[in-house]
Amino acid sequence: MTQGSSPLASPQKLRNYPSYRGGEGMVAWAFHRISGIGVWAFIVLHVVDIWLIGVNPALYDQLGNIYSSAPGRVMETLLGAALFYHALNGMRIVVMDFWPALTIYHRGLWRAVWVTFFIFGLPGAYIILKPIWEMAA
Amino acid sequence: MSAQKYSLSGRPRPTGSRVDLYVWRAVRITSIALFVLALAHFSITHFVYEVGDQSAEWVRQTRWNSIPLRVLDWGMLMAVLVHGFLGMRTVMQDYVPSRIRQASLIGLYAIALLLFVLGTQVIATLPMR
Repeated sequence: MTQGSSPLASPQKLRNYPSYRGGEGMVAWAFHRISGIGVWAFIVLHVVDIWLIGVNPALYDQLGNIYSSAPGRVMETLLGAALFYHALNGMRIVVMDFWPALTIYHRGLWRAVWVTFFIFGLPGAYIILKPIWEMAA
Repeated sequence: MSAQKYSLSGRPRPTGSRVDLYVWRAVRITSIALFVLALAHFSITHFVYEVGDQSAEWVRQTRWNSIPLRVLDWGMLMAVLVHGFLGMRTVMQDYVPSRIRQASLIGLYAIALLLFVLGTQVIATLPMR
């Protein structure tokens, strides 16, 4: 049964919230869900703004100016972090779902996710944020 | 809770409902495609090109000046809609109270349909050059 949460109909049964019970798996799951919701919200905005290219290109260009402003670049860095974590941890999930024997290495796989995240993510964040300092100089 | 909802990796392969099994598979298959397509898209739009240079005219003349690139982006849109909205279906099934869950899911699918129409329209109809 994977349907949602009939236990949630009763607020006092919060202990029945679907979650892990501690450890790396719980944190990985929480980050995966939060980052997924964040990326989904951006996708809704992004498809609409791309649609504007056809119907109102001037408005699209105004939105582009917001994306390339200092606050916009900070938001895009957070978006990139959410997307990258979700992608890396998603591959960890797929690997363990299709090759269950690898589940015993779930902690090591999660550490590999973070190592990869920072090795590629920090230079990526620098590239996106660098124009902020250049604009200020 | 009568059944395990999550394992150390994620939601276990569903065994009770055929629809849930198809959803479970679709989310994972599209995730593999999106690992390549979405990360490549983010890298191209942020590391290869400067965000501030990507005006509507630039998209029309450069990024979408080729039918294969438009088809590729449309394929990414389809994978994103399947993965994102089926993922949100799972989230809503977990957290939305049962009395409004069905209406919420219908609203979610309506947003997915709207994005399908808007995205397909702009990719298919935006003039080249």
